[in-house]
Amino acid sequence: MTDQPIAAGPDLEIDALAALQDKEPPKEPRSQWKDVWDQFKHHKGALFGGGFLIFITLAVLLGPYIWTLDPQKLDIRNKDMRPIYTALWDSTAKVGWGNPLGTDNLGRDILANLIAGGRASMAVGWAAMVLALVIGTLVGVVSGYFKKADFWLMRFTDLVLSLPILPLLLVAVTLFREPLRANFGPEGGMFILIVGVIGLTSWMQTARIVRGDILALKEREFILAARSIGTTSGAIIRRHLLPNVVSPIMVSATLGLATAIITESALSFLGVGFPSDFPTWGKLLADSVQRMEQYPERVILPGILISLTVLGVNYLGDGLRDALDPRIRGR
Amino acid sequence: MLTFTIRRLILSIPTLLFISLVIFLLLQLAPGDPMAQVPLTVPPEVKEKMREALGLGQPIHIQYIKWIVQFFWIEPQVLVDHWFGTSFAEGKQRVISWQTRSPVMDIVVQRIPQTLWVVGLSYVVGILIALPIGIYSAYKQYSVFDQTGTFITMIGFSIPPFFTGPLLIVLFSVQLGWLPSIYDTTHVVTDWESFKVQFMQMVMPVMVLALQTTAQLSRYMRSSMLDNLGQDYVRTARAKGLKEGVVVMVHVLRNSMIPVITVIALGVPAIFGGAIITENVFKVNGIGQLLLTALFANDIPMVMTLTFIFAILIVLFNLIADVLYGVLDPRIRYD
Repeated sequence: MTDQPIAAGPDLEIDALAALQDKEPPKEPRSQWKDVWDQFKHHKGALFGGGFLIFITLAVLLGPYIWTLDPQKLDIRNKDMRPIYTALWDSTAKVGWGNPLGTDNLGRDILANLIAGGRASMAVGWAAMVLALVIGTLVGVVSGYFKKADFWLMRFTDLVLSLPILPLLLVAVTLFREPLRANFGPEGGMFILIVGVIGLTSWMQTARIVRGDILALKEREFILAARSIGTTSGAIIRRHLLPNVVSPIMVSATLGLATAIITESALSFLGVGFPSDFPTWGKLLADSVQRMEQYPERVILPGILISLTVLGVNYLGDGLRDALDPRIRGR
Repeated sequence: MLTFTIRRLILSIPTLLFISLVIFLLLQLAPGDPMAQVPLTVPPEVKEKMREALGLGQPIHIQYIKWIVQFFWIEPQVLVDHWFGTSFAEGKQRVISWQTRSPVMDIVVQRIPQTLWVVGLSYVVGILIALPIGIYSAYKQYSVFDQTGTFITMIGFSIPPFFTGPLLIVLFSVQLGWLPSIYDTTHVVTDWESFKVQFMQMVMPVMVLALQTTAQLSRYMRSSMLDNLGQDYVRTARAKGLKEGVVVMVHVLRNSMIPVITVIALGVPAIFGGAIITENVFKVNGIGQLLLTALFANDIPMVMTLTFIFAILIVLFNLIADVLYGVLDPRIRYD
């Protein structure tokens, strides 16, 4: 009875030492982006949205090399063809494998037009989004970091936020159409104009979000440490602040892409967008509304493409928001 | 709160002046010429006289100040005259449309009821649909209802009105023939039959606009309810034996409504902007359609006035949202 605790003594000691040892080799340190991806994977909608966005981007980029028909080629004998699937319920419909989605009233192939229109729409969307992000991040960082600029920049942001955007867009596009067309050609001028006006009128939310984050980050210890070893303001912003505000910027990028695509289509729909021989999805939709009773597919196809792209982008934004928020991640 | 409101009201004056200046300068760059319609046989000196009669001969700042005086001083006088039968504005120069050569405000006043009916009603319908969906899908989070509700609102959020509009027209006007595709603004409601006609023609534009509102608001409502449902006071309310209905519909709902109400107030100007497209699709001759035609006809005073009215709406509803936030939430103190 008495020697038992003595025997247990060294045993316990050994156990305690064993508990302190690592039995399995230490795991690889996990990077932040791996965590983000793990969380992102769980959001089915976001996966679908991101996948669709990649698919549609590849389709409009590579489409012209696979479907080589010229979207502008007039083929008046084969005008007003219906999509091939119409033959399923209407055997008298004018269909043909040469134009699987039919042709319009001038005989232009609709599939080729949809690809070309998608190129234009996506290009406008991406370019306007990048422009808005650059302006928004610049304004946000400057006004968050430099106290002197903050008051006036934020008042300016408030003022721009209270401008009536859609009416002003309409006004700006009708006013500047002619001079820009004269300088950069009908398509180039219109592209610059539309990207410019959308970008210049949609940076405000990004600026506000970035400013808020920068204001909070600026007071943290690592910024103080960086400053105390003599890092310049520019280096602090580039090296320490910008990487920390990437996630809100990415979320507002998705929102910006969706709004830019919709705004461009809306402008085309109202008749102030691109010239009619330069197809975009909104333009194709708007041009077909007149005869949508006979040819509903010409409205529905571009409409569905716009809606699906925007839906995909919105879901992607939802998933990114969840994945990039460390408070939600891991739950 | 009152001082805050007054301060904000005073602050909104420079904001509006700045916006009017931006719009004015933008329109000054317009390449169009209001004299383009005048026959070529009219001699140039007469044309110059006509131009001056339109107030175009003067330098820009004089034109701007004159416009400000006309809009902020003379037009309210006209309104007072109209209401009380006085004659303050007798013989004073009003803002004249270049298209019709009649006062801009008269045309705007003719068009506003159509827009207000369609837009206002769609907003009310949208709110009435959105709130219950948001509340219930937050209460039953991750249920089938929540999943489908979130999916449908996401779709409604993503489909632009210029696609839903034609789609509904094809479906309900062309294929089924139930609803008229064009909004007849001359229609007068006198009895039950004409009310039914009015109702039928309003269904589609109202629903198209309401879809956007519903999608946005129910998402806000859901996340706001979710924020509140996990709070301690909800557990306290349940622990002291309150009925579930009272807990959700009184305690949680009232607190969740605070941010949602400000979102509702902030969304009013945006829905007026969205109405431009819907009015165009359904041929409603409201102020959105008026703006479009004025824009294409180079009618600068009309465009200026309408854009500025939109700006006033935005500034006004921003103010209302801020004040409401302070009134509803006692934790928010502005001073």
